[in-house]
Amino acid sequence: MTIWKTLALGLGVLAASAQLSRGQEATPPPEPTPVPTATAPEPTPAPPPPPSQGQSQTSNYFNPSISVIGNFLAIAGKNPVDNQPNLSLRESEVALQAIVDPYARADFFLSFSENSVEVEEGFVTFTSLPLGLLAKVGKMRVSFGKINTLHLHVLPWPDTPLPIVNLLGGEEGWKGTGISLARLIPMPADIFSELTAQVFRGEAEGLFELRNRSDIAYNGHYRLFKDLSEATNLDLGFSYGAGPNATSTDETRRWTKLEAIDFTLRWKPLRTGNYRSASLRGELFRSRRDEPQELGGKQTARGWFLSGEYQLAKRWFAGARIESSDHADDASKRDTGQAVILTFWPSEFSQVRGELRRRRYAGGITANEALLQLQFAIGAHGAHPF
Amino acid sequence: MKNALAALLLFAGLAAPALAKVQVVSTLQDFASIADAVGGDRVETTALAKGYQDPHFVDAKPSFILKLSRADLLIVAGLELEIGYLPPLLDQSRNDKIRANGPGYLDASIGCEILQRPTTQVTRAMGDVHPYGNPHYWTDPNNGRVIARAIAAKLSEVDPAGKAAYEKNLAAFEARLAAKQKEWDAKMSPFAGTKVVTFHDSWPNFANHFKLAIAGHVEPKPGIPPTPSHTLEIINLIKAQKIPLILVEPYFDTKTPKAIAAQTGATVLTLYPSVGGAPEIKDYFSLFDYDINAFVGAMKGTK
Repeated sequence: MTIWKTLALGLGVLAASAQLSRGQEATPPPEPTPVPTATAPEPTPAPPPPPSQGQSQTSNYFNPSISVIGNFLAIAGKNPVDNQPNLSLRESEVALQAIVDPYARADFFLSFSENSVEVEEGFVTFTSLPLGLLAKVGKMRVSFGKINTLHLHVLPWPDTPLPIVNLLGGEEGWKGTGISLARLIPMPADIFSELTAQVFRGEAEGLFELRNRSDIAYNGHYRLFKDLSEATNLDLGFSYGAGPNATSTDETRRWTKLEAIDFTLRWKPLRTGNYRSASLRGELFRSRRDEPQELGGKQTARGWFLSGEYQLAKRWFAGARIESSDHADDASKRDTGQAVILTFWPSEFSQVRGELRRRRYAGGITANEALLQLQFAIGAHGAHPF
Repeated sequence: MKNALAALLLFAGLAAPALAKVQVVSTLQDFASIADAVGGDRVETTALAKGYQDPHFVDAKPSFILKLSRADLLIVAGLELEIGYLPPLLDQSRNDKIRANGPGYLDASIGCEILQRPTTQVTRAMGDVHPYGNPHYWTDPNNGRVIARAIAAKLSEVDPAGKAAYEKNLAAFEARLAAKQKEWDAKMSPFAGTKVVTFHDSWPNFANHFKLAIAGHVEPKPGIPPTPSHTLEIINLIKAQKIPLILVEPYFDTKTPKAIAAQTGATVLTLYPSVGGAPEIKDYFSLFDYDINAFVGAMKGTK
């Protein structure tokens, strides 16, 4: 019963925010736009002035571009397995990005939860290497599958799909500290193809555990992209990763080996794409975890999700997702879930999203929840996610 | 040995232009068209966005990385028009030549007359404003001339062997543009001072050149879709000022403009901001031919 109340509340907030954004339009002074109109063009200086004018700002010239994205999440319903707070500023992500020198750029993404901070990513990218190589060094989201590479705020849902949670170490997914090398592999018919090889410290939260300095985690990713037509394109990825798991001892190194196939099919007619588009994405995972016999031996766990999103209007998107995943450390346990999602973008810089989710956890526990997410971005205009 | 190597390098350098055309990639078809005219058969041009596509919202498709990785020259609109997709593509292009301010990078806005450069603090309460000025500047043919000169100069740097050819092509382009401008100005001059409403603020340079007065926009703020209250304001504005035309870019929904037209008697006209927007708009000249004929036709219909 409560779930319907929450849904009603959530939709109420959605509608209210839509109203709010309308209401805002009515309040400003009657001029159509605050910037000078074309009827009174200002005389233009021959050389365009630099972006920052005035002496005082020239010292800011080389400062990185800064943006902050707030991610507020409200959850209602009962979930004894994954008991997240009812109201939380789940993440405040600060991005600092700039060119280092003629050879490299650097990107830092600092993720603040309400009471702690983590370097979610912090890496330098060498963009001028020979042989068509692109190297990243630092801490980064691992190129394993597609969703794992994306930051929380660009996911098409307010939560993380089960296979990421169960097989890649938790909500946060797999992040690694090390080196990444990527090269374009020439293919006929204008197919984009990129091979990425990554080596990390053999440590990742909930996934790999470091015992010796020689413990290393690996990942390989092969991405193919093809424009099927002007409006339709297909993104395919194949990933293989491995690292020492927490059941390793000083004598025996036990591995967790991970495989994934991901696909994203997008449709966006170029002329009307501001109003209508659709995407279908899915990923299939397998985790093979060596465990000592007393813990059950080798665990081969599988997981997948399938998700679709359809754009209803310029600022409205509806979506649905189904998901299923075994537990990495006990493949006999399986969780499944279904969700429907509605997203409203007041502007390019803010987003309200509601999700109704049912998850059936191993052991016969069912959780019905309503999630309401509010995201807001300030600062430098980042690239649109693709 | 050294001499042989030098000879080989020299040969490679001389032979290269004859073997391969200069690969020009531009974000917009407008610049590709001008580069075609100036570059002639020495260049091969590709545009990332289509003329009927909203240039603010181009997807950062990996297939564009392939095009950029092979480019000798990249021409961008600048003024942050491409900020939503180009930076990550450039980072992955593995092509140092075309990185911002590299030898093969041309920001076509430099030297052009740019309107609406903010003189006061801008915030996003104003919508998706461009803090460096309005990026739809190629709709003024005088800016087209500046862009053509910049492209010719840049091509001469990228491919010095073609300098004479580029200068000759540029002269031909400028001569044709001058002749065309007389024709366009003559067609548009009877309508000087005409007030128009546009959907998005894409037309300040066009309006400035052809002496039209933009009285308002269907969008309440850049990037924000029409709202009932603002639509009502526009209806009142059109009625009060007897505005004959509502200009709509090809990638916007004509539902609201048509509703406004039904209330006011104004005419909705799809005007194309870019080459390739309609099949007939094959180059920079036919862009103005098409739009001006459409404008004149619509104005005659309103009388």
